[in-house]
Amino acid sequence: MNPPASPVDGFLKAVNLVKRFDGVAAVDDVSLSVQKGEIFALLGSSGCGKSTLLRMLAGFESPTSGTVMLDGVDITSSPPYERPINMMFQSYALFPHLSVWDNIAFGLKREGLPTAEITARVEEMLRLVQLTDFAKRKPHQLSGGQQQRVALARSLAKRPQLLLLDEPLGALDKKLREQTQFELVNIIESVGVTCVMVTHDQEEAMTMASRIAVMNHGRVLQVGTPREIYEHPNCRFVADFIGQANLFDGALSLDEPGRCEITTPEGVIHVGHGITGTPGMALSVAVRPEKINISKSRPHVMNNLFTGTVREIAYFGSYSTFMVDMPSGKSVKITEGNTARQDLSGITWNDSVFVWWSDSAAVTLTS
Amino acid sequence: MQDLSAFKSRSGRRFVIGVPFLWLVVFFVLPCLILLRISVTDMGSGVDPFAPLVASADGVWRFVFKYDNYAAIFRDGRAGLGQTIYMEAYATSLKYAFFTTVFCLLIGYPFAYFIARSRPSIRPALLMLVMLPFWTSFLLRVYAWKGILADQGVINNALMSLGLINDPIQMLYTDISMLLGMTYVYLPFMVLPLYATLVKMDINLLEAAHDLGASPWQAFWLVTVPLSKAGIVSGAMLVFIPSIGEFVIPSLLGGAENIMIGRVVWDEMFSSNNWPRASALAVVMIFLILIPLALYYHYSAEPSSTSGAKGWG
Repeated sequence: MNPPASPVDGFLKAVNLVKRFDGVAAVDDVSLSVQKGEIFALLGSSGCGKSTLLRMLAGFESPTSGTVMLDGVDITSSPPYERPINMMFQSYALFPHLSVWDNIAFGLKREGLPTAEITARVEEMLRLVQLTDFAKRKPHQLSGGQQQRVALARSLAKRPQLLLLDEPLGALDKKLREQTQFELVNIIESVGVTCVMVTHDQEEAMTMASRIAVMNHGRVLQVGTPREIYEHPNCRFVADFIGQANLFDGALSLDEPGRCEITTPEGVIHVGHGITGTPGMALSVAVRPEKINISKSRPHVMNNLFTGTVREIAYFGSYSTFMVDMPSGKSVKITEGNTARQDLSGITWNDSVFVWWSDSAAVTLTS
Repeated sequence: MQDLSAFKSRSGRRFVIGVPFLWLVVFFVLPCLILLRISVTDMGSGVDPFAPLVASADGVWRFVFKYDNYAAIFRDGRAGLGQTIYMEAYATSLKYAFFTTVFCLLIGYPFAYFIARSRPSIRPALLMLVMLPFWTSFLLRVYAWKGILADQGVINNALMSLGLINDPIQMLYTDISMLLGMTYVYLPFMVLPLYATLVKMDINLLEAAHDLGASPWQAFWLVTVPLSKAGIVSGAMLVFIPSIGEFVIPSLLGGAENIMIGRVVWDEMFSSNNWPRASALAVVMIFLILIPLALYYHYSAEPSSTSGAKGWG
């Protein structure tokens, strides 16, 4: 795991940002640091404060307290039109009365660039998003995907130091979204611009971003690479929000370097990493459904082996999901990849099964 | 069964369109035709107040059009082409209508803008305030301005009692009183369509403009104004067109030297008893209004917006 970036060395730094609306904190003491050239995602469900945070970076909201630094310059009180930051809006916010060409040229004209320079840049942007043939169209004459590319071209035309994306794929349908994700990342990376995006879609955040900040109730709970966040969630919320997790509540019963044991109503769970804690302290253990094995015959393992009864089976094509009730009443979710076309496990409803996982599969959560 | 329902829906549609259509034919198209017919005759004698449109001479029936009424509008024997009192009245009417429209726009736009940007909960109350003057008589409201602007009126009395002026300032029966009265009366007709377009505008577009480096003032001129063009045009039409023919305000607040066309038509009708002349004046006025309207609709119809769906790539 990489050490978390300290708020001093980032290209974009948000320091203790707070935004209150009528006394209610939408963003509650958030500090972030974004490196130059990275794609950074703010991930959370609606109302978690991610959009307010993005709008403070853009300058549309002024923070109640805290500072925003970009490349060492305090921009907290700069109006949006003086920040070297451009934003791609969720609704795209393309000017309906202007052509594609004029939409892209809008920001360049405000800079007062010479006409030749503007023409060159607009044409460069049109090539970048492959819309050269559509320059004379009005926004309403374009498809959703084309509008999205115009919005991207417009926000990149001024060569901003920071690009903000508000739910960049939110207005596209699912099929187009998957294809566009990679296209968008390719364009952003080819330009090399630092990018902060907001999304509620964890898949979108994981495929596009190099680092993710998970937000809830106006606070940042965890910042890390997609893998760090998925494999080493630092709290119950992150474990549950990113993907799915089986959470077992218990107490620390054994704490040794490199391993620990947690006693839960389901039994003793062995975890392959040490923690800093006192024996008897309350803990949760998170185990991802795909890291749990299931079989009707008893496997040759000692640790983390439990029994249960199959309550639900759902076939999803590439994988199947089993809901297994343990004797304690706890139900566990297990997913198995369907690697063969035949049903090899032979597991069916109400079967008694063994479920088990390796010591390294589980992660402890203290909060 | 299918035929019957198709028939029903078709006859239903015809009914819905037909009723207002019939209404317009009876109460708009027919009167216009009558007006046109009167304008090409002269005052007859005897039972028929107007000379007949069709006359027989030597057993051959032919139409008798008299163009004198129109000729008299544009040409005066002594003064030459375009130097008639009628042309002067048209010019005065256009001038007042133009300035009324400009003032209504200048005052009405910020008005509409702030109502549209105010909190949604107080918007109905603000709109109600705009419409409140309609609750009292139009005549009464114009008459009240007389009391305010007169030599012994509210403003002059106040200024004189404060010692700021010794003699009353002449405001009534001048351009000031005319334009004040007309702007005051027609302002709501400008505010309401402007409000309707401004309130629909996506605030994100302004944020996008700011984001791309436009100052609030630039964003207003480059985004808000072009996007409220429809409201500006319909507001301007609603003010300009009735202003041209305005009769009550000029006769209450206007001076003797600024005769508008409404007054001239009235004089021809009731003083000179020359209905054909009055009708011809009205017909010319209609064309005066129709031509800019037609030109506007011709050039504002965007060819790209109708053919746009074809070229999807």
